[in-house]
Amino acid sequence: MEPKDISRRKFIRATGLSATALTLGFNFSGESKASTIIKGEDAENYGVSLNSWIHIDTNGKVTIVSHRAEMGQGAYQAIPQMIAEELEVNLDEVNIIFGKGDTVKYGNQITGGSSTVRGTYKNLSKLSASAREMLITAAANKWSVPAAECYAEAGHVIHRPSGKKMHYGELVVDASKLEAPKNVQLKKIEDYKLVRKPLPRQDTPLKTNGTAVFGIDKTLPGMLYAMVERNPRLRGKVKSYDDTAALKVPGVKKIFKVTMKVFDTDREGVAVVAESTWAAMQGRKALKVVWDDTGFDFVNTEDIYKKMKAELQSKEGLSAKKQGDPDPILAQQKTKLDVVYETPYQAHACMEPLNCVAHHKGDSIEIWGPIQAPDWVQGDISQKMGVKKENVIVNMTFLGGGFGRKAFLDFTHEACLISKEAGAPVQVIWTREDDMTQGPFRPGVSYRAEGAVNNGEISAIKFRLCGQNIGHWLGSKKDVPNDSVLEGFQPHYFDSIKNISFSDVPFETPIPIMWWRSVYASTNGFAYESFMDELAIAAGKDPLAFRKQYLKSDRCQKILDKVEQVSGWKNRKPKQGYGVAITECFSSTVAQVVKVSKDATGKIKIDKVWAVIDCGWYVNPDTVRAQVEGSIVMALGAATNHEIHFKDGLTVEKNFNTYRMPKINEIPSIEVIIMDNNEDAGGVGEPGLPPFTPALTNAIYDLTGKRIRKLPFDLAKV
Amino acid sequence: MAKITLKVNKKEHTIDADPQMPLLWAIRDIVGLKGTKYGCGVAQCGACTVHMEGQPVRSCSIPVIGAANKSITTIEGLSDDNSHPVQAAWIEEQVPQCGYCQSGQIMAAVALLQKKTSPTDADIDAAMQGHICRCGTYPRIREAIKKASKKMTVKG
Repeated sequence: MEPKDISRRKFIRATGLSATALTLGFNFSGESKASTIIKGEDAENYGVSLNSWIHIDTNGKVTIVSHRAEMGQGAYQAIPQMIAEELEVNLDEVNIIFGKGDTVKYGNQITGGSSTVRGTYKNLSKLSASAREMLITAAANKWSVPAAECYAEAGHVIHRPSGKKMHYGELVVDASKLEAPKNVQLKKIEDYKLVRKPLPRQDTPLKTNGTAVFGIDKTLPGMLYAMVERNPRLRGKVKSYDDTAALKVPGVKKIFKVTMKVFDTDREGVAVVAESTWAAMQGRKALKVVWDDTGFDFVNTEDIYKKMKAELQSKEGLSAKKQGDPDPILAQQKTKLDVVYETPYQAHACMEPLNCVAHHKGDSIEIWGPIQAPDWVQGDISQKMGVKKENVIVNMTFLGGGFGRKAFLDFTHEACLISKEAGAPVQVIWTREDDMTQGPFRPGVSYRAEGAVNNGEISAIKFRLCGQNIGHWLGSKKDVPNDSVLEGFQPHYFDSIKNISFSDVPFETPIPIMWWRSVYASTNGFAYESFMDELAIAAGKDPLAFRKQYLKSDRCQKILDKVEQVSGWKNRKPKQGYGVAITECFSSTVAQVVKVSKDATGKIKIDKVWAVIDCGWYVNPDTVRAQVEGSIVMALGAATNHEIHFKDGLTVEKNFNTYRMPKINEIPSIEVIIMDNNEDAGGVGEPGLPPFTPALTNAIYDLTGKRIRKLPFDLAKV
Repeated sequence: MAKITLKVNKKEHTIDADPQMPLLWAIRDIVGLKGTKYGCGVAQCGACTVHMEGQPVRSCSIPVIGAANKSITTIEGLSDDNSHPVQAAWIEEQVPQCGYCQSGQIMAAVALLQKKTSPTDADIDAAMQGHICRCGTYPRIREAIKKASKKMTVKG
């Protein structure tokens, strides 16, 4: 599906509330100020605009803009569900369209950091309530009655004493001329009709009959297809190429060199433009390319981990956070824990491989694709292609997975270069092998954890992290500590652990790296919550009670009580292994208990996972549950199934036969519990991932006495 | 290049294509039905699953010539209004997240239920384990298959 093509209504230039530009970058404030003018085709197509998100035509048809990417996490549902609540419209009667890249209209659009709801809900609720109040005022003015006698319901304004009723379409033109009210009353949680209800997602029917349009499904008249043979060593140049045979492949139109940016490095490749995807693939196979790898370090996975281990033994690193001083305490201890945890590089492996349709028209460019950050892409294309920003139109399609990969700016830039050179609209498709081998990857990270207990209490903890820093690739200074060191660590531990330190031992390789669902929490969580377990056992304490002892906050206590209760933690039976972990990231805390046992052949099997999430205010409980379920499955894969290796600077795993995903028969039963409270919204798409792996390995320890400190591991071989 | 007749969703298409082109790309790029997805190209993920003569097949790994004159059903051929019981069950269980793999998952589930009206968990494992879902919708896929089975048994 693309936006449902509703009848075009006469465009009335409307004034009202519109978001003004937010600063670029990872800004989650979600605040926006009033502005005056809506422009662009959205408003023309979908009626009168009351603000950047809400458009109503004169028949009363409401169109809501979803300005964030829909990659499975439910933004396409959550944004309209929040807006419809305060606007008083039925969700199943509205159109939902994707917003184009436009920071002026929508503010920050980067869909990352589990930020869609928590970053926008206060602002969008206010905007929607303001729009509702403007419609009520317009009706009251028409009827010459006090606005206080009127209320809104299901797309209508009703005059309570007389029962008079008008639909929004009859009011929107007048409403759009009104000043937006400065202070509006937002609904109370107990009055919600839509929010906090498990409403079915509006995109589901499009995804069960094949009509949802993903990037790879986009076509344009006269569109050509392209494949690119890129330098397989992650960057580097084309020395020469021979396209004689490739040009003879039927359907191949044009072959040329293309250079895209991977952060600030250049990756060269040879593009084959053809009349069909298949012809482009065949042409590419017939190409002969000689690569120039001068200056590239031919990295090997084994060496990377050896070096990280050595660094952790010899360097203190940059101090990211220190409370008290663990060093003198650790120095006095006769028995202390001093262990290393290792986590692998991972590919995002979205089910939809990278692709992008670009149409370079000379002084303007329009692109369509599975894009996680349309506003970033707009700025990036404008800058790199030398086209004015307002002439760069960036359209989001549905994304077949994102997980951070599709926020990266390489594939969109490359598509624009190819369309320009080809002189036609072009769809560039990456094969699975391209997508899996060329990064950027989740960095593999190693940890050294030292700690000691005295009389059943933690006396000191010292953590060091060694791994590549995503910030360094994005331009941050290398002599300041990695601020991601603490991601995943429950901050309330600091309330009760007096001597604790975290440091970052910088580590560089030429492997490009990028955010991967839950980012550093995805690896930190394993190290930190495994170590808490090791300390609990050293202290002779029950691991769950031990965490309660250190996490005194009311919310943490409630989460831990809940997971203890639902999992039957206290009634564990012999031959059952139970493990617990609790992590915090993107303003939400999740605790999980994993239960394992041995099957008839003696292999470990995961019987059940209980997950308790406290994400504060939330929109759709079913989406929250789905995100936690999916996060657990993704964590399971990264813990026990797959890993990216490098050999001589080349990625070893190329497709799903060697980068093996978990399958339906490997998935445990999962129960998700959402904590209900009145706290501010936290993230949902990522926080369910980090606690799973340590809860699993802690459960395996509980059952077998075997401590797993290196990921991934084979469940069948424990 | 060769003239090939494809029968997709009960409609005939005569196409001019490289006989070795995988059926997947013929369906997507030439017939123009985009519901069938490219995921791996090597029959490892199941996203491209369609029915050929009623059997689930990986369209990325079948040359189009091998599908000539055979009856092909794609996701679009199940129903466009989601009235097929498997589609309906998928909606009731709210299975999809990103949705990219779901056409293949649904086609595999339909094929399973045509063979076994009341599949056991082991039957579901066997029929579905060639299908990858990166979003991790597996628990819901299992529930949806069971729900569809009930719908189809009651109906039939």
